[in-house]
Amino acid sequence: MRLTRVFTLAAALLAVASAAHAQVSDGVIKIGVLNDQSSLYADLAGQGSVVAARMAVEDFGADKKGMKVEIISADHQNKPDVGSQIARQWLDADKVDVIVDVPNSGVALAVNQIIRDKGKAFLVSGAASSDLTGKACSPNTIHWTYDTWALANGTGNAIVKTGGDTWFFLTADYAFGHALERDVEAVVVKNGGKVVGKVRHPLNTQDFSSFLLQAQASKAKIIGLANAGGDTTNAIKQGSEFGIARGGQNFAGLLVFITDVHALGLEKAQGLMFTETFYWDMNDRTRAFSTKFAERNRGIHPTMIHAGVYSSVLHYLKAVEALKGDDGTKVIAKMKEMPTDDPLFGKGTVRPDGRKIHPAYLFEVKKPSESKGAWDYYKTRATIPAEQAFRPLDQGDCPLVKK
Amino acid sequence: MSTVTAKPGEATLPAETAAVSRVPAHQVLAFGVMTALLIVAPFAVYPVFLMKALCFALFACAFNLLIGYVGLLSFGHAAFLGSAGYATAHAAKVWGLPPEVAILFGTAVAGVLGVAIGAVTIRSRGIYFANITLAFAQMIFFCSLQAKFTGGEDGIQAVPRGTFLGLLDLRQMYVLYFVVLAIFLVGFVVIYRAIHSPFGQVLKAVRENEPRAISLGYRAEHYKLIAFVLSATLSGLAGGTKAIVFQLASLTDVHWTMSGEVVLMTLLGGLGTVFGPVVGAFILVALENYLAQLGAWVTIVQGAIFVVCVLTFRRGVVGELGRLLRKPL
Amino acid sequence: MTIFGIPPQALFGQLLIGLINGAFYAMLSLGLSVIFGLLNIINFAHGALYMMGAFVAYFALQWAGIGYWPSLLIGPLVVGLVGIVLERTMLKRLYHLDHLYGLLLTFGIALVIQGVFRNEFGSSGLPYGIPKQLQGGYNLGFMFLPMYRAWVIVFSLVVCLGTWYVIERTRLGSYLRAATENPALVQAFGINVPRMITLTYGFGVALAALAGVLAAPIYQVNPLMGADLIIVVFAVVVIGGMGSILGSIVTGFALGVVEGFTKVFYPEASNTVIFVIMALVLLVRPAGLFGRTA
Repeated sequence: MRLTRVFTLAAALLAVASAAHAQVSDGVIKIGVLNDQSSLYADLAGQGSVVAARMAVEDFGADKKGMKVEIISADHQNKPDVGSQIARQWLDADKVDVIVDVPNSGVALAVNQIIRDKGKAFLVSGAASSDLTGKACSPNTIHWTYDTWALANGTGNAIVKTGGDTWFFLTADYAFGHALERDVEAVVVKNGGKVVGKVRHPLNTQDFSSFLLQAQASKAKIIGLANAGGDTTNAIKQGSEFGIARGGQNFAGLLVFITDVHALGLEKAQGLMFTETFYWDMNDRTRAFSTKFAERNRGIHPTMIHAGVYSSVLHYLKAVEALKGDDGTKVIAKMKEMPTDDPLFGKGTVRPDGRKIHPAYLFEVKKPSESKGAWDYYKTRATIPAEQAFRPLDQGDCPLVKK
Repeated sequence: MSTVTAKPGEATLPAETAAVSRVPAHQVLAFGVMTALLIVAPFAVYPVFLMKALCFALFACAFNLLIGYVGLLSFGHAAFLGSAGYATAHAAKVWGLPPEVAILFGTAVAGVLGVAIGAVTIRSRGIYFANITLAFAQMIFFCSLQAKFTGGEDGIQAVPRGTFLGLLDLRQMYVLYFVVLAIFLVGFVVIYRAIHSPFGQVLKAVRENEPRAISLGYRAEHYKLIAFVLSATLSGLAGGTKAIVFQLASLTDVHWTMSGEVVLMTLLGGLGTVFGPVVGAFILVALENYLAQLGAWVTIVQGAIFVVCVLTFRRGVVGELGRLLRKPL
Repeated sequence: MTIFGIPPQALFGQLLIGLINGAFYAMLSLGLSVIFGLLNIINFAHGALYMMGAFVAYFALQWAGIGYWPSLLIGPLVVGLVGIVLERTMLKRLYHLDHLYGLLLTFGIALVIQGVFRNEFGSSGLPYGIPKQLQGGYNLGFMFLPMYRAWVIVFSLVVCLGTWYVIERTRLGSYLRAATENPALVQAFGINVPRMITLTYGFGVALAALAGVLAAPIYQVNPLMGADLIIVVFAVVVIGGMGSILGSIVTGFALGVVEGFTKVFYPEASNTVIFVIMALVLLVRPAGLFGRTA
């Protein structure tokens, strides 16, 4: 049982008394890493995100600067009610100042609302829905790593231009799947392609056989997988069982992570093309980070989500240091003011709608013969410069953006 | 002992049994203790946790009405909790109704559902009743999954808390807490009055020996149906309140594992006791909270409690306490 | 040429997939029916034990390099033993009580088993490959049928019909059926009824584990694979008639096909259709299609 009420009352009084000097609340910056730790997204975020956050705190040098930083984590099990209850408890009773990661757009949207109501900070790395910087944008949230618009723009464009002009969508039936399907469909249609069918499947589907049959019946050239993690790998594995490629159709993985490729193996995954904003083997700085990361994460190399957690926490700490306080809304505003610079994404900025800007890359999975060993999986097909990678500021319907 | 002959279909009681309707002193005392504790608790314990426990306590009390006093194990009660949650969330968010109207709407929806499902299932008994209620709950689950307005996996989010009766701002945590406490107490008293009344006596008679009750002229099916609908309606009250407190209505509340959880709460607390479900609900919610850090341990512990309770602890916490004190609790 | 507006390829393809799902329903409901017939217990743990069967196959491969074919025997044996232990230590104590306690106990056991596995392995699924001999498939014209899935149908039909034959047509089966009707009398004839009950539970559970091994290559071995399946299987058992062996087999396959059919015309309802049918059947024939009145 906690005497939370007494403490928060005292803290509030203190805050009022020292209104002239913004202070770090209760002297500790508490970071909460909230993600899926046991289900289909556990590998691409999960414990790895906690490792990334810790590395960011260390590299920032919090100890040397006399700043106390604590990290806690929890499993939201991909359920909005579990995620929002944890967020509520963290913010109300456990003095958490910022929540990071949150893959699963449904959970992220719920947490987004709670953080806004309580005036704290939210650094989204895992979730994809472009609504987070669109109609659900908030002065307390920054959407860091990627979003469905960027994926659609990168992958959708590239595939249609290479001849994949008829599409059938296999969509995960929740906020992320719908957003991804919507954004890719828009790109396909804009480029003169056609969507000949779609089917929605429940999250965490084990058996895709009947959906794959429908995809085959549609005779679409491209089967777009508007899902992620375990759902994507299951669909691809079972697709090979049902002879999808034999029928002349190709899968388009709309959101693929290096952990998925690792789970599938290069045999099954070769040739897959998709958009990401980070790859561990891009330059010396990313390689240095990744080696350290893999040591602390059971050999698993960082996905772009892990990189996003590192980068966002680093920038957050810099903003707190500059502001000398950790009031959520103010820190987010400061983060938008300050340009970003870190070893993983290079230089970048955060836009008024909360969208972090950095280049995106079109990757293709290597053939087994082209790979020198484990985790050497991608070759870069194209680089999309930062200004073009994300949805233009005025197209998002974000109420924070003045027209 | 004088008896009054009952006309077919009508139930009148001999004078002696009317005395049972008077509330026993020790139960009044227990009620007083419970209320006092609940009034003081939010100043020491995180109020949102307490509100969650209160909603589940009401749910468990409503469930207990059916199994403890009618002897029917429903394995589909989540349907009522969850549907009311969705109805209330939709009413508050999309139609902009004030919270008390939204909650009442949710309760009414659960009541209607209770009538519909009850009318069909009440003829079954025992295992068959458990199965058929489970089947209907699954249908409700899949309807919830597919219907557009429920938001599927995302649920209905950002449900506004609003102002209760135009006076009390529910965004203030303490105001919300005492409103929820009031709702819980109202529901609890309604159930208590239902049990300790001529109606409740007939239910007990039906549970003990249905053919005999019928032969005495009571239309057992009607009584069982009324109990079922009452149970469903109050479960709906719990569900609607929960949607306002957490500002979210989701699939978890219509999933069959939720039906299993309420069985566990009632079993742990004590089937057929007055205060058992409340105790059981609080214990379970506290356990979930405490073990949440440890991931899947929650399920393991819940399962273990089920096993232990069924094998050796069938009376539950309050049941055993009542046996110790030699007074029914 | 279309049937009701749907091209026949789509129709037959989904029906075939439905048949495959039906095979699993049939095997699992068979085990449940056998257990309910003799023990009068609704074995809620059936789904968890099915999952354990798949995991035994996975472990056998990971730790001992034992492939698919021996696992078809090892899985049921190991899990059957687990079932026997469960029956001896816990279920036995509940026979004198209301049957609902059996339901609750097995529900608790299911939670424990699933929780333990989920703790260890997460819930996203472990890979188990299709055995080499069964890879590839047949081009049937209207669809490409993977060989493994065809094998599933054939094998489960054999197992189901074999079980039916043993129970309905052999002496051992007749002892079982007699014990269901009047255990005291059968015991008076010198047959060890308690041992028969234990072995029957073990056998029912072994059937579930066999289904699990069968499922491992196609359904992804994961701790929650039985959880949502068990509810559907209950519906199948109730429709077929609790305690009726033939009822479970026929209904299992039939409902798989109905589900496949629904996927063509109204895919969203495919998960609910079985429950709708169950509600309808219970209203018209409370004991199920093939059941005897309880």
